[in-house]
Amino acid sequence: MSSPTNSTTSDNDKAHWDKTTRLMYMHLGAWFFFGYVVHFFVVPLNKITIPILNFPLGFYMAAQGSLIAFVVILFLFAKQQDAIDREFGVAEDE
Amino acid sequence: MTTATGGSSDFIKNLGKMYATYTGTFLGFIILLAILEQVGVPNKILGYLFVGFTIAVYAIIGVMSRTAEVSEYYVAGRRVPALYNGMATGADWMSAASFVGMAGTLFLLGYDGLAWVLGWTGGFVLVSILIGPYLRKFGAYTVPDFMAFRFGGNTARMVAVIVLVCCSFTYVTAQIFGTGIIASRFLGMQFEVAVFAGLAGILLCSMLGGMRAVTWTQIAQYIVLIIAYLTPIIILSTKKYGIPIPELTYGNAIADITAREQQMLATGLATAAGLKPHIQPFINYTPLNFFGIVICMMIGTASLPHILMRYFTTPTVREARQSVAWSLLFIFLLYFSAPAYAAFSKLEVYTNIIGRDLTEVRPWMFTWGELGLIQICGKNAASIDAIVAACKAIAGHTGVVRLQDFVINTDVIVLSTPEIAGLPYVISGLVAAGGLAAALSTADGLLLAIANALSHDIYYKMVDPSAPTVRRLLVARVLLLIVAVAAAYTASTRPGDILAMVGWAFSLAMAGNFPALIMGVWWKRTTAVGAVSGMIAGFGLCVFYLVVTRYFPGAGVAYFGMSSLTNPATGLPLVDLAKAMAAPNAMDSWVLVSHPLASKVGWFGLNNIAAGLLGMPVGFLVIYVVSLMGKEPSKEMQAYVDEIRKPRGRTVLEEKA
Repeated sequence: MSSPTNSTTSDNDKAHWDKTTRLMYMHLGAWFFFGYVVHFFVVPLNKITIPILNFPLGFYMAAQGSLIAFVVILFLFAKQQDAIDREFGVAEDE
Repeated sequence: MTTATGGSSDFIKNLGKMYATYTGTFLGFIILLAILEQVGVPNKILGYLFVGFTIAVYAIIGVMSRTAEVSEYYVAGRRVPALYNGMATGADWMSAASFVGMAGTLFLLGYDGLAWVLGWTGGFVLVSILIGPYLRKFGAYTVPDFMAFRFGGNTARMVAVIVLVCCSFTYVTAQIFGTGIIASRFLGMQFEVAVFAGLAGILLCSMLGGMRAVTWTQIAQYIVLIIAYLTPIIILSTKKYGIPIPELTYGNAIADITAREQQMLATGLATAAGLKPHIQPFINYTPLNFFGIVICMMIGTASLPHILMRYFTTPTVREARQSVAWSLLFIFLLYFSAPAYAAFSKLEVYTNIIGRDLTEVRPWMFTWGELGLIQICGKNAASIDAIVAACKAIAGHTGVVRLQDFVINTDVIVLSTPEIAGLPYVISGLVAAGGLAAALSTADGLLLAIANALSHDIYYKMVDPSAPTVRRLLVARVLLLIVAVAAAYTASTRPGDILAMVGWAFSLAMAGNFPALIMGVWWKRTTAVGAVSGMIAGFGLCVFYLVVTRYFPGAGVAYFGMSSLTNPATGLPLVDLAKAMAAPNAMDSWVLVSHPLASKVGWFGLNNIAAGLLGMPVGFLVIYVVSLMGKEPSKEMQAYVDEIRKPRGRTVLEEKA
């Protein structure tokens, strides 16, 4: 078991964690929007049909739209969190 | 695959080349079988060749990746690159329920079935932003490892192991059940025999090499399952719409289905009560249960130990995060195609079976009718004569198939698509091999999670901390075998609906694990007593709700104030409680699924699949309140939590080799 490097949270650590937390809430918000909020409106959205593809929009969002959003969120998050880790010097070596 | 020692960096570098060769060989094998079919080799032999070849490959990978090192056995030496771990997670994740059952569920439930699609994808966002990378930094072998360290020892470990075993065992039983269904259908084995045959395949992969073997086999299984899932539907889409992207073309099928539904109502082929429009929401689940299922599946994803432990195997925290993204991309490929299967099948049924004269229905149906999976007029649709005779028995039947005459088992949707598209048998064999890969890979991951918890957490950490490596791994393997046989035995008794069983597993994981995992990482003030009480309270309430609504519904109504769930289409109660409670069997215990009250009662109209929705908030609340009542965790523990939050540096927990 390794011993922790310091016994109290340093300012750098705190700033890193604050920024990490903000990023977490941002993506959690996007997740909530695409996972739930959009689908609350499925009935009105279904009245709109996507041109050419012919999908009712409400159905499309649950079948594909939100899924695509989740994949994008995850790749984006991995990149942004890594940028934060690098900014505060707590990222791993390559 | 390398031998147990040496050549590891070369091995990782060559992964791409190896799996590309493997994929090429597999495609060549499909072509070879297609040629064999053309020269007249019987279908049954082709089926055996397909299943035999793929299982042999998994077994070879399993044997070649055998290991005697603890860290290789538990976390594949922590050197699985992000992309490959993503593929392995994809196979780990997508089970028989996803491969065979998902499209069928969407066929039956239409829009409401998408609750499962959403729930089984969105959870990965939570894995990545809230839990996975932090557990990777912590450096655990198992999820209970983390609980024990963060929450003061073996009480927390024990509770976490109980949660893990309950949810994983429920889940693995459903997988072995699925393996049995596929093997019995395609190889003509007896179901009970097929269950144990499938078990042998599972054990070959996971017993010898633990996580290391399971990882490299799961990647191979992912490749088989995704090719198998996409091939028939791509061909079907090309044939029907001229574009090989079914995910784009099935919008037209949905428009056609909606038009056909109106036409069927107008011409009396369907009744307004019997027809459930494909795109209309909340007619199979109430909005509460629809979103309840979405929440439980998502949060369950982020709490299931067999998924979380896959992210223990990446070389870095950074790669753990990337790996979650890759996982979801690979899973997405299957999930966004499932609704296309459902739409194409439904259109075929609505236009080429419903409304046709009994003597003119499409012949693909009879293959499945013989097995009792498609019924017309209440009898198995084995031949034209059989359905004509069956419908004659119904007064006033005109000889034209109506919607209410037609009953289909949902498993048939994916399995029958090759025949609907008029494809050769070789494609059906491919689909069977894919379904088997899906079921085997998930069962492998689950069995490993259970065996690891028992051998590492119970035996090594609690019973005999001085046990030598050889004995630890031996115990792990013996336990794996025992758990597997127990699960296969349970599966062979056909406990019930796969989807519901899988749903329960998610709710159990969510109620038991999620609050403690989140609070453990994100709130330093969380105390050991708080976490343990929260886990027990949340998990306990969830188990109570599941068991009472499923097995003691009469007692639930009489003593715990439960009422009937509502019928989402009409808004009326599902059962007439006054009448049902007056019946002589009302207070029976351990009732069967067929009992009039089983899974049909509850609080707030909440389906028991979403039982986690009750347990989880209670878990959070108890952890919060009890933690505040106790003393702040030690400075040392808080410093450890800081360590988990920073990717740089050594893992907090380090095992001796």
